[in-house]
Amino acid sequence: MRRFQFSVFKINESGVSVKKYILNRILISIATLLAILLVLFILMQLMPGSPFNDEKLDDEQRAVLYEKYGLDDPVIVQFGRYVWNMIRGDLGVSYNISRNTPITQLIQNRLPISLAIGGYAVLLGAVVGLILGIISALMRGTFVDSLCTIISVIGIAVPSYVFALALSYYFGFKLQWFPMLYDSSQAFNSSVMPAISLGMFTMASIARFTRSEMLEVLDSEYILLAESKGISGASLIFRHALRNTLIPIITVLAPLIVDLMTGSLVVEKIFSIPGVGSLLVTAIQSNDYNVIIALSFIYSAMYIGIMLVVDILYGIIDPRIRLAKDGGK
Amino acid sequence: MAKKSKEKELVTTPAVTWENYEYQDDDFVLRGNTVDTKTDSNFASQSYWKDVRVRFFAKKSAVISLICIIIFTLLAILGPMMTDYTYSKQNLEEQNLAPRIPGLENLGIFDGDETISTTTGSKTVNRYEEMGLDDTYYWFGSDTLGRDIWTRVWSGTQVSLIIAAVSTVINIVIGMVYGLISGYFGGVVDTIMQRISEVFNGIPRLVIVILLMLVFEPGLMTIIIALILTEWIKMSRITRAEVLKFKEQEFVLASKTLGAKSMFIIFKNILPNMIGPVITQLMLSIPTAIYTEAFLSFVGLGIPQPRCSLGSLISDAFNCFMTHPYQILPPLIVMSLLMLCFNLLADGLRDALDPKMKEM
Repeated sequence: MRRFQFSVFKINESGVSVKKYILNRILISIATLLAILLVLFILMQLMPGSPFNDEKLDDEQRAVLYEKYGLDDPVIVQFGRYVWNMIRGDLGVSYNISRNTPITQLIQNRLPISLAIGGYAVLLGAVVGLILGIISALMRGTFVDSLCTIISVIGIAVPSYVFALALSYYFGFKLQWFPMLYDSSQAFNSSVMPAISLGMFTMASIARFTRSEMLEVLDSEYILLAESKGISGASLIFRHALRNTLIPIITVLAPLIVDLMTGSLVVEKIFSIPGVGSLLVTAIQSNDYNVIIALSFIYSAMYIGIMLVVDILYGIIDPRIRLAKDGGK
Repeated sequence: MAKKSKEKELVTTPAVTWENYEYQDDDFVLRGNTVDTKTDSNFASQSYWKDVRVRFFAKKSAVISLICIIIFTLLAILGPMMTDYTYSKQNLEEQNLAPRIPGLENLGIFDGDETISTTTGSKTVNRYEEMGLDDTYYWFGSDTLGRDIWTRVWSGTQVSLIIAAVSTVINIVIGMVYGLISGYFGGVVDTIMQRISEVFNGIPRLVIVILLMLVFEPGLMTIIIALILTEWIKMSRITRAEVLKFKEQEFVLASKTLGAKSMFIIFKNILPNMIGPVITQLMLSIPTAIYTEAFLSFVGLGIPQPRCSLGSLISDAFNCFMTHPYQILPPLIVMSLLMLCFNLLADGLRDALDPKMKEM
């Protein structure tokens, strides 16, 4: 009886803490997004030049224009309007890259390409990284283990664009297996090399993390129990060890996303992929402030969104929390 | 009855009390260190730093990395002085010359031969011979503007290492102060400071760096500021975690009981104990700095010409890396090796400084 009460107390506590945790994460994400928007808004105000600096306009006409675009409103109202526009997806127009084209239109065709390549990279990195990590944990201390460790150290230390350059020189230029530059008629083939070079870091980090997690799990008492019950081979590894290894791997996802985002800029430039990253590079090089700010917002929003999902997933997926919650219902 | 007899006893025999006791010479004997103390010679106690040294030198990859880093640093300082060229001197007549090193040229390597691949096939040319430059040696070749790549690579390494070192040192200071205050004082201060750093952490590094570049002119200082703005958070988190760990321990409590003030506890009790994770993080943030600098150069926000860094060399050479691959190789290899070595060194130092952290 006493024990039951104790467990009820535990359930309530952890149930509340999960909700509180998620709420906390959401609030932090919103605050971050607002902070970014504020910085972007201030930058917009600081930018030299305004569309109404034309000398032909007299004061009266300028006042009419200011009123029309709401530039005489208090700053806080302007900021509110700006936030509303950005969130609604009205990102303004491009100045230099292609004059007066809405930025949403510029991004429309580019985003899917970038997302596809990023997706391939994560998929490739995760699958290969997991396999490498499991193999090296199972063959701990052997030659294979050292080889996997060397691969993962190189993958973490060497930046993605070194791989991109090496791949494009050997497999694109010398052997001509894959197109050196992105070709939309053979989208998958031309995504192979960018995805590999972007996925190297993901692969290496996941391999390294999987190895150490797997070693810890394999040393644990419940694996000993499973073994003593006669479970062995694939069943032991996949059903008992791997499932518990996978949970903490979620925590390494966040730095991987950051690296993918920075890496994509350079890799897209090297393979001239018509994606969002190369648009940002072009915008930086041609001083198209509006596009830079809009893309900064999109990158931040994506990053914050992914971080939020990762954080919440981690809170929910951890069986110590989740199971306790289910038991309470 | 018993009480009475005791009183009687006290009266009859003179009582020996603490007040009237006369100390004798052999009452207290010094327990000799030499005779009675036994030293455990099998497991001799060692100072922490000796332990660290032993563990560090036992790890080959870390030692080799350290040696490589020292060699690269020396080359970055001395390399540009070893030739008559300067990093900015252009010689438009001697552009795109392949690497040629005196001595090695007789062995068939670094002899100035260049294999040029064209659509019709590949041919080997030696432009030194074609142009009659018998006494000219470009150890790593010359670039599209006729500048010596050897000199440029090492002065670029110099710039990259300066950026990394300066930004890392400032980061460590800011991050540690922030983490110490937040962790040690706790409560409302901690909550507010943590919320601020969480918001900061939510902004992707890419965005911070690019926005900063819009406001300031691209250059050495801007890159350093960008690196400081993005990297201090990691340091502050590590510091905070360490402070939280140590602040509750007995030796700090003992120190407090003896009347130590906050400053004393922070600087004498806590700081010396967290040196391990701090050094590891320091070593890890150097490759991050090198990478970020190279990335910025590649995007076009790097060091302005004619100064160069490893990143700007790579992005310059990228434009002709199909025709003259030797131009991109030296900066690429130096950068990759530097990043690899700093990573391995950090691994080795972490294992040496904090053996409990192993396998993490």
